[in-house]
Amino acid sequence: MTGLLASYAEVAGKDVVKHLRQLAAPLKTKKVVHVNSTRSGGGVAEILTKLVPLMRDLDIDASWEIVTGDPDFYQCTKSIHNALQGHPGPILPTLIKAYEKTSAENAERLRPVLQDADVVIIHDPQPALLLSHCPDRKGMWIWRCHIDVSRPYRPVWKYLRPFVEGYDASIFSLAAFTQQLPHPQYLIPPSIDPLSEKNMPLETRNVTETVRRFGIDPAAPMILQVSRFDRFKDPIGVIEAYRMANSFVPDLQLVLAGGTASDDPEGEAVLEEVRQAAQGDPDVHILLLPPDSHREINALQRAADIILQKSKREGFGLTVTEGLWKGKPVIGGATGGICLQVANHHTGFLVSTPQGAAMRIRYLFRHRDKIEEMGAKAREFVRENFLLTRQLQDLLTLMVGLMSKAEDRIELG
Amino acid sequence: MAKAKNNRKGSASKTQAPGADAEPFIIKNCALVSISTAKRALTLRELGNRLQTIQSASIYHHFWGSLLAPRFDDPEYKNDFAAWVRHSLHDAVLAERLAVVDPKEFHDIEDLRRELVELIEERLDESELLTWNRAEEPFIFLRSQIVVFDTHRSIKRPERLPVALSKMTLGSVFYHFIDARSRTETRIDDFSAWLGGFGKRYEAVIDRIARVDPFFNTLHELREQLALITKDAFRRFCQ
Repeated sequence: MTGLLASYAEVAGKDVVKHLRQLAAPLKTKKVVHVNSTRSGGGVAEILTKLVPLMRDLDIDASWEIVTGDPDFYQCTKSIHNALQGHPGPILPTLIKAYEKTSAENAERLRPVLQDADVVIIHDPQPALLLSHCPDRKGMWIWRCHIDVSRPYRPVWKYLRPFVEGYDASIFSLAAFTQQLPHPQYLIPPSIDPLSEKNMPLETRNVTETVRRFGIDPAAPMILQVSRFDRFKDPIGVIEAYRMANSFVPDLQLVLAGGTASDDPEGEAVLEEVRQAAQGDPDVHILLLPPDSHREINALQRAADIILQKSKREGFGLTVTEGLWKGKPVIGGATGGICLQVANHHTGFLVSTPQGAAMRIRYLFRHRDKIEEMGAKAREFVRENFLLTRQLQDLLTLMVGLMSKAEDRIELG
Repeated sequence: MAKAKNNRKGSASKTQAPGADAEPFIIKNCALVSISTAKRALTLRELGNRLQTIQSASIYHHFWGSLLAPRFDDPEYKNDFAAWVRHSLHDAVLAERLAVVDPKEFHDIEDLRRELVELIEERLDESELLTWNRAEEPFIFLRSQIVVFDTHRSIKRPERLPVALSKMTLGSVFYHFIDARSRTETRIDDFSAWLGGFGKRYEAVIDRIARVDPFFNTLHELREQLALITKDAFRRFCQ
């Protein structure tokens, strides 16, 4: 077993890796090309950084290409991205023109690799138009949509849909995100990488040092929400819940850790509202962390007693997965992918109001054994369902299925 | 490349045919991936109507597929229809009635389909409100694609079954204990079929395996129970 696969076998189990090998056997030497728009930054690049070498370790001829463009191209793809997530707003024709022109240029450069591949996986809308420029493709083309398209801004989806329809299959993270399309729509939930800086094991000493650096008392009870300062994440509701619970939990600390949100015009305003709501309470820690603070977030999640993700709307909620992986119960808003991960009384609690969150915080601190019990269950739940190896297994199953052209049952010889 | 098989008569029934006591038990493994049919229901009436025409693979998925799907096992509502009626339509009465529907008691998926539709229509007759009540979240009909592959491992003698079972992946447990029931003509699990091939010798073990409820257990629990039963049985044989 090679180094990378062996590392994953240690975390996910030897059986899992054996399973991957068996499943990958029919795909041996097949050319699989992933295409996205960046090699670093963002969840997709993070996944591909590990997924592509893992596929190569399984003897699949996997490679990773990116599309590049000018500022107009990126402005257009960002607008498309926002619109697909439901933000209303038309896109200027000049930007659409730049999107189409840049897609054609990228197709010119990538065509030999893409047309020759057995499987091409196009991630998100940025490279979605490449298919229309590769008429002589020999392999299967799959559109992998990582974003929440459950309620897209219709005019933009209407523009993009004909391009997506040409694919042989698409992949969505949740059933609620699927659309009316003329090809199979596979469901593959996202996953976390257990070996990344954000999820790797940390020494207790490092955890303690990190929380002290932020002025947090490692000995006092702590609840944590990690998320952008965004109204959909309901940080004000989290502060309300903390206030309702803290008279029953002496020395309770609330940590709200989020990004600087430089690309989000609303972020600053929400952050200001959060600061005002905290009213200078020394036990409320509002942490503005740079985007590469993976190890710090890891330490905070490990130091917390309970993780909160009280979102009012959520795609999948990978911060929930991360919290569960650290062996913590999660109190989450009953929305989107949180419902798939948080099972009431098992891995945490689903809530709809600050009052509901406060009640569950009090309950868990009153029954500390439950924190341990749920945390252990939560970690195992993630080990089986939401690690990168499971995402790879799903992808291999899908590729075997598509290449065999079978409907619902494929028996490998 | 993969050989496509669209029928449900798998190879295990042939390789582990009764009477062929010299034949080893071929351990297979499987992986499941979910596919959306893009068909949805927002009311109970819509659920009933959709159920009448939805492909049988979708009904199979909503009863069995979730055992291998990435989600937490719901200890109360073991099939997706019952869970949706309870959590999204908030009708406890129908949720309870649907929750006890045991798919292994039905001859085939079509019988199961008729039972589900009947229960829904009966409830609609009882409660006019439910005719109009909109669910919080739609029910989205899914189906699964199953890929079966050889592990290149086999069990030559029944006494080896307990150890082999305890080491089996959940995919193998699913394939041999759950999937076998809809795949084989005898509609029994592969372990019992194989042991049956040794004549009456293992009837007691087969009886005990038959009492394991495949529906109200997780795959982990099933693996544990099957390993325990066979371990206990073969210890007695050795005494």
